[in-house]
Amino acid sequence: MAHAAVHDTHHDAHDHKPQGFLHRWLFTTNHKDIGTLYLVFSMLMFFVGGSMAMIIRAELFEPGMQLVRPEFFNEMTSVHALVMIFGAVMPAFVGLGNWMIPMQIGAPDMALPRMNNWSFWILPFAFTLLLSSLFMPGAGPQGGWTLYPPLSLQGGNSVAFVIFAIHMMGISSIMGAINIIATILNMRAPGMDLLKMPIFVWSWLITAFLLIAVMPVLAGAVTMLLTDKYFGTSFFNAAGGGDPVMYQHIFWFFGHPEVYIMILPAFGIVSEIIPTFARKPLFGYQAMIYAIASIAFLSFIVWAHHMFTVGMPLGGELYFMYATMLIAIPTGVKVFNWVTTMWEGSMTFETPMLFAIAFVILFTIGGFSGLMLAIVPADFQYHDTYFVVAHFHYVLVTGAIFAIMASVYYWLPKWCGNMYSERWGKIHFWMSVISVNVLFFPQHFLGLAGMPRRIPDYNVAFADFNMISSIGGFWFGASQLLFVGVVIHAVYFSKSRAQARVWEGARGLEWTVPSPAPHHTFSEPPVIDNSQLAHGDVSH
Amino acid sequence: MRRALAAPALMVLGMFAHQAAMANPEPWQLNMPKGVTVTSNEVHDIHMIVLWICVAIGVVVFGLMFVAMFRFRKSKGAVAATWDHSTKLEAIWTIIPILILIGSAWPATTLLLRMADTSDSEMTVKVTGYQWKWRYEYVDFFGKDPGINFVSSLESQSNRARQLGSGIDPASIQVDGVSTYLLDVDKPLVLPTGVKIRFVFTADDVIHAWWVPSLGWKQDAIPGIINSAWTEISEPGTYRGQCAELCGRDHGFMPIVVKAVPKAEFEQWMTAQAPAPEPAQPAPAEPAPAEPAPATATTIAPTTAPQG
Repeated sequence: MAHAAVHDTHHDAHDHKPQGFLHRWLFTTNHKDIGTLYLVFSMLMFFVGGSMAMIIRAELFEPGMQLVRPEFFNEMTSVHALVMIFGAVMPAFVGLGNWMIPMQIGAPDMALPRMNNWSFWILPFAFTLLLSSLFMPGAGPQGGWTLYPPLSLQGGNSVAFVIFAIHMMGISSIMGAINIIATILNMRAPGMDLLKMPIFVWSWLITAFLLIAVMPVLAGAVTMLLTDKYFGTSFFNAAGGGDPVMYQHIFWFFGHPEVYIMILPAFGIVSEIIPTFARKPLFGYQAMIYAIASIAFLSFIVWAHHMFTVGMPLGGELYFMYATMLIAIPTGVKVFNWVTTMWEGSMTFETPMLFAIAFVILFTIGGFSGLMLAIVPADFQYHDTYFVVAHFHYVLVTGAIFAIMASVYYWLPKWCGNMYSERWGKIHFWMSVISVNVLFFPQHFLGLAGMPRRIPDYNVAFADFNMISSIGGFWFGASQLLFVGVVIHAVYFSKSRAQARVWEGARGLEWTVPSPAPHHTFSEPPVIDNSQLAHGDVSH
Repeated sequence: MRRALAAPALMVLGMFAHQAAMANPEPWQLNMPKGVTVTSNEVHDIHMIVLWICVAIGVVVFGLMFVAMFRFRKSKGAVAATWDHSTKLEAIWTIIPILILIGSAWPATTLLLRMADTSDSEMTVKVTGYQWKWRYEYVDFFGKDPGINFVSSLESQSNRARQLGSGIDPASIQVDGVSTYLLDVDKPLVLPTGVKIRFVFTADDVIHAWWVPSLGWKQDAIPGIINSAWTEISEPGTYRGQCAELCGRDHGFMPIVVKAVPKAEFEQWMTAQAPAPEPAQPAPAEPAPAEPAPATATTIAPTTAPQG
């Protein structure tokens, strides 16, 4: 124990990065290095999942089967979702949390640095397991990312691989969440009261509780699938007295909070960026926190709105409709507060602000279709159509992913010490925001006209909008190569050095350390000056 | 300027309005069909109510955002204010949405109550989903068992064309000049108009969902569970739909066709079916129901449990 303490002190005092590539990245316990690993991994998975989306859109370019077999198409839709959710969006937020939470609350590192290393290094193995199933005899998962039995149990041994991969992702997420809660509750600098924390930290604190609450539920659900397939149990097997619908209840008890796990940190990011570029304090700081907390609470009691057509009792349908509609209220509060933050500000429109504004508008469109989906009689028409596909891609792509991109542009100069190219950042933004609407907006029309989701081929009447959607898809996919280019340029080639306070209107502790942020920050707790905090005077 | 905006707006409105009688998907279709039942029209109405509420809120919120983006720019010399909250404003934008939500929940509730009420139905059809076809059993027609029972699956032209690299142009598969590619079956479900028909749904292997947009709803067909729904078709015609729950390899290739005919014509059709009932012994191709009794709570009485 004493030895370890001495070793750590020695390590900190000299501010040395560990020598050697493998030694640095494999054994790192530094929150910044681990944050970088998460973000790089997330980017890689974004392109893996994205290439699957390209295959899907290529097959759907025209009616008729041209490129792939239906089995392979189903593999693509299933694995695209798993990779994007567990591989791209969630690790990106964990990476951002790792990088920024200690710097925003004045902590030297995460509370549990070795566990932090492990949380990350589980992921490459989990995704190797998942993706290897695509190359196995009997092929990968074809039953959708929701793994509904009995269909998912018809798969070959990929079922076991996918379930173990999900277990590992779950362990990784739970450890990450424990770490974040322990860090935020124990490691804040003196004077950093809970109600002075940046909204991003608040959003992650609440998200971490959601993760701890629901990842074990998912683990339970998929373990029951495993025993149903291999050990003769009948949890979900009607012939043995089980109930396939029970799986859906358990899955969506995880699944709906999971949806908010992917959007609450995005709310936090946007609440950081809009005040910075409006040069005006966030409107309704406390209301924003209460709104996030209310959304998190409601997420536990609305799960069956994903299952309005399974034949629930009338009372159940009514309850889940009303509870779901309630979510519109705190979400509305957030949107109104963002707009009011912009009102009477002094705005500039750098790339992070452009992505944040696009987030507010396009996420709200996803919210509108969400409200429509909550209306049960109308959902009987919308359910399992492209209307739903459009809805959740608006909230996840133009919601979660746009917020992640906004945050990368916002904090990248702090991470690498160089400014990115504003010109190419803006080109990336405009390409993305136009193409993503060409991609997803027509899918609303397809769904309303009667095109089910998860089909590899369709009637000629759906051809025109599918072709438009596919063109938007290829365009959006290609535009993301620009993003990689902008990031690589900024990190390795940019000659423009970033100031400590990168943005004129930026407030918060992360802007008080130099750019690039040194390997160790806040080894001495900072003295908190309220005027430096992101959220002004919050005493009232 | 105003006229320039009005023209596309009218065009869009026109596209929303012209589809009153639309029974099958049409190229460039933008909106949900009104369908051919009283219920489906009401579903369409509530969809439009909520859509327009969303459009109105969107116009206000996005309008304010764009005003802010043009008025409060640093490049125009805007100086940032310092206020950061207003209890009055926050109360207003909490209470108004609550009222709007109550306003839209009310018609949704009354409609849902009507849609859930399968009582007083005059006819019952049992629908069973299989990978990848539908079985229709007419189990009750005004108190009599018509004894009609058949399987309906994708018709052969579409089935040939949809094979990978078939070289057949999907657009060439038409009935009366309208594309029926992947939306036509060998044997449609024939139903009478003006009769309240109850459906009971189950499945034999995996979960399927039975969906004909013109009827205004879909319902999952789940092994071990019996669900119910009802319809009363007001116009004769052919209405097409598809399986809406991912059910494996050929999920995209198990369409549904409802042929609605006047009641008298339906009775003739029924009589014509009667001389050739299915053989008494279950055909080997017909998978037996998976379980002796529904394992879970169902919305209807267990008398409609799978009966062979």
